[in-house]
Amino acid sequence: MQEHTEKAMKSHNPEVRVGVFVCHCGSNIAGYLDCPALTEYAATLPGVVYVKNNLYTCSEAGIAEIKSAIQERGLTRVVVASCSPRTHMPLFKSACAEAGLNPYLFEMANIRDQCSWVHMQEKEMAQEKAMDLIRMAVAKATFLEPQQDIEASVVRNALVIGGGVAGLSAAIAMADMGINVVLVEREAELGGLLRRVNRIAPRGDSAAERIQELVKEAAGRANLRILLRSEVTAVSGVIGNYEVTVREAEGTERQELVGCIVVATGAVPFRPEGLFGYNGETVITQIELEEKFRAGTLNARSVVMIQCVGARSPERAYCSRICCLTAVKNALAIKETIPDAHVHILYRDIQMYGMENEKLLWDARGKGVRFDVYDVDRPPVVRHGVVEVYQPLLGEVEEVPCDLVVLSTPLVAPEGATALANLMRIATDQNNFFMEAHAKLRPLDFATDGIFLCGTARYPATVAEAQAQGLGAASRVGTVLFKEKLVTSALVSQVTERCDGCGYCIELCPYGALSLEEYEKDGVMRRRARSDKILCKGCGLCAATCPKGGVVVLGFTRKQLEAQVDAALEAV
Amino acid sequence: MDVGRHPNIDLLAYSEVESVEGEAGDFRVTVRKKPRYVDESKCTGCGACAEKCPTVTSDEYNLGLGKAKAIYKYFAQGIPSAYTIDANLCRNFQAGKKCGVCQKVCQAGAIDYKQEAKTLEFPVGAVIVATGYELFDARRIPEYGYGRIPNVITALEFERFLSASGPTHGHVHRVTDLAVQEALPEAEKTCQKAFKGLERFEKQFEMTSDAFYERYESGEFKGGDEDYEKWAAAVRAARKAKDELEELRRKAESIEAAHRLAFIQCVGSRDIRFNKYCSGFCCMHAIKEAIIAREHDRDAQVYIFGMDIRAVGKGFEEYRNRGAHEAGIHYVRSRVAEVTEERDHTPVVWYEDTKERVVRRMPVDLVILSTACQPSASAKPLADLLGIELNEFGFFKTLSHLPLDTTKPGIFICGCAHSPMDIPESVAQASSAAARAAQVLSGSGTMRLAS
Repeated sequence: MQEHTEKAMKSHNPEVRVGVFVCHCGSNIAGYLDCPALTEYAATLPGVVYVKNNLYTCSEAGIAEIKSAIQERGLTRVVVASCSPRTHMPLFKSACAEAGLNPYLFEMANIRDQCSWVHMQEKEMAQEKAMDLIRMAVAKATFLEPQQDIEASVVRNALVIGGGVAGLSAAIAMADMGINVVLVEREAELGGLLRRVNRIAPRGDSAAERIQELVKEAAGRANLRILLRSEVTAVSGVIGNYEVTVREAEGTERQELVGCIVVATGAVPFRPEGLFGYNGETVITQIELEEKFRAGTLNARSVVMIQCVGARSPERAYCSRICCLTAVKNALAIKETIPDAHVHILYRDIQMYGMENEKLLWDARGKGVRFDVYDVDRPPVVRHGVVEVYQPLLGEVEEVPCDLVVLSTPLVAPEGATALANLMRIATDQNNFFMEAHAKLRPLDFATDGIFLCGTARYPATVAEAQAQGLGAASRVGTVLFKEKLVTSALVSQVTERCDGCGYCIELCPYGALSLEEYEKDGVMRRRARSDKILCKGCGLCAATCPKGGVVVLGFTRKQLEAQVDAALEAV
Repeated sequence: MDVGRHPNIDLLAYSEVESVEGEAGDFRVTVRKKPRYVDESKCTGCGACAEKCPTVTSDEYNLGLGKAKAIYKYFAQGIPSAYTIDANLCRNFQAGKKCGVCQKVCQAGAIDYKQEAKTLEFPVGAVIVATGYELFDARRIPEYGYGRIPNVITALEFERFLSASGPTHGHVHRVTDLAVQEALPEAEKTCQKAFKGLERFEKQFEMTSDAFYERYESGEFKGGDEDYEKWAAAVRAARKAKDELEELRRKAESIEAAHRLAFIQCVGSRDIRFNKYCSGFCCMHAIKEAIIAREHDRDAQVYIFGMDIRAVGKGFEEYRNRGAHEAGIHYVRSRVAEVTEERDHTPVVWYEDTKERVVRRMPVDLVILSTACQPSASAKPLADLLGIELNEFGFFKTLSHLPLDTTKPGIFICGCAHSPMDIPESVAQASSAAARAAQVLSGSGTMRLAS
């Protein structure tokens, strides 16, 4: 241990003046760790010239203390031992910048999420671990280097893929904001799945009229171009400057340069082949029932609807959110068309969530629609002209005569969703729906910057929800495209002189940020990797793979990491 | 945090809108900034004032489960990070009383008892209403016993129980057991004081209290010194305090974590007597709390009583299944009829088992009520002030073809002020409302004034 400390002392640069701020986070940290003792300990570490204990370092008071310490104590490195960098690093970095210190000279020790919270029962060992974490952070901070944020240009154009409710709503809103929009629709007509729907739940508006309104709105905007029977075939580039290839109806390809992309490719109803006697005639799906309404061909006296057909099952675990609403809406529509018709809905949980949907359920009950729970282990059986359903309350099987069976099937991701995902390097979930960056806090963003998500491409949604999400995606695009320029972190990969162009790293990069380039040195053509600083997320796969130190990630250089490891081993 | 730091956002906390005049694209807003009696620009949020404040009240943020002071910060990381004096509680604002402790201890000189309300006026092009919701008062359903049976709590109260920074530091206990624990320090103090009081006599008469009392009981000091009577009374009081303390200690020692938990869903929702609608988020909230409770306590056994379990969002059904498989949650399809209380404060859930066709009783340690999401009390006055309408449920009315638009152009609505919804939908709607506002402010399309 002595030797390591001496080594650290020797390498210590007099320019390095570290300030350490130890946060109590109320009782989140101080309830389990002795924060004053940690602060005293930090003061003994090489290079540390200032230490401070805060109840909340992230409070306005705590931030003010960081700033004044930088200015008055001449700090050249700041370490905060507190919570997670995921939530608070940006705040502390900007505090450094505001006080005139390059924000890349900031380092964080996570003594809450990774220490006090997970070791509540082992306070003494937690205290030692917190000391280790602080010592490591200080050691790394010593070798941090100032960096400049990366800046890039922004093209104020946007691409919308998909011309359903969500895509149209997004396109119209963006056009109104002054963004040039190009909307690409695969089909010959706009409107998406809504074209097959009769009335919109829960209020019962006409689906055809809603599409008409939206199409008219879209057509009236000069800065909104609509490309029908067209498909996106290639996407390259980065946020602010995506180059998109669109294949048009005639097979010609055109290039579009856009700053952001909105994915609104929708979903399709699952076809229940082989389930509950589905035949498309006497046993149909809800969407086929909607088409009967539109064509005016419904002719049934007694209808049984079965919920969760092909959903909430081992193959498709999810609940498709809107099928109960659709069933109740259509049950009411049947009652409206044929008042003395008998409608019976067999369900597992009736998912009429929220304010207006539940009201529809009360209305349906009032109008005499019958609801019965079925047990997933004893599902209904469809026979000719009758559905058998086990009634747990009676303890017997009831036979419900019917001339039409309607199966409520889930919305599923359309074919081609995965291909599009691969094309754009965006994620899908286990059900092939597109996956947002954060389930709760970033529902309309992709992890890939500059690409956004709305409507049933994300997950089954009602028309109102799809519309709201389309507007929301437009607003998310606005937050990017109304910037004069984009500023991103400098902590990305950097190719060094030691790169010999072996190419190990190229295929590994999950963001497609690395490529090979040729260059001339001493009259000889050579190869080396080239890193795109905007595409790179600084994940470090390349640096970990390269056997020669030919590529590094700034902020995680060998020197910085070695200092951290040496500091960790000091305790051993 | 992001809002507080954003250069384009002026945050007016502790303020209320007084009037909104004009029309879309050109509203004039009047806001009353209420006096917090603390200068926001000076307060460093150090908390010295609250530490020394002599007026103790129950902690509203912890739903009355902890203690707070008359000068307070609603919760630790609130923005702006400034304290506020509750003039209804602070001694300085009560007739004939004086205090001034906070002003003395505040090193920033931020306390200003004379601060007055300020009226601000400014123009805006669009208004977004995001005033949220209130929870249903579970006392309105007397058969569930909330407010009468101590071990019946609400899901939001349970949230504070589960929180590491909550009043129980994340441990789940019966409320009646917490009361025992809370009474313990006070009882210890009383007991200590009582025995301390005996020392005077022991010194004076050079005798132990025990020896004295034995002789006193046998009639030795009858009719003697008045002090003997006092001493005897003090001995009796001290012994009683000791007995009480020991009883409490015995109880405290036998306290175990609350293992058996019953959630009752739709408390005030889907109920023709109160709110007909479904509150949307409570099923998932109960499942989440159940999973966390089980993470804290491997012996936790959780029952969720509901008519339907509405797990309708992305990944929700999978989460509900995880709750069953990994946390052992029992989902019971039933509308609970009543909660009763046993002598030892054990609450008992009475319900009909809809699979077995029998009425059952289930004793548990805690009953947790999933209370309904209701329009906030301020919805009606705010609607009047803005000139917008409410719907039949008391939430703000929206247009069919524009789901975030109120009945007045340029005024938009999002989140639970719109209708009950979960976090992802609220976040998405907030962005949507922003887009509608942007359309009004920058677009020239016909949609901007659609009504």
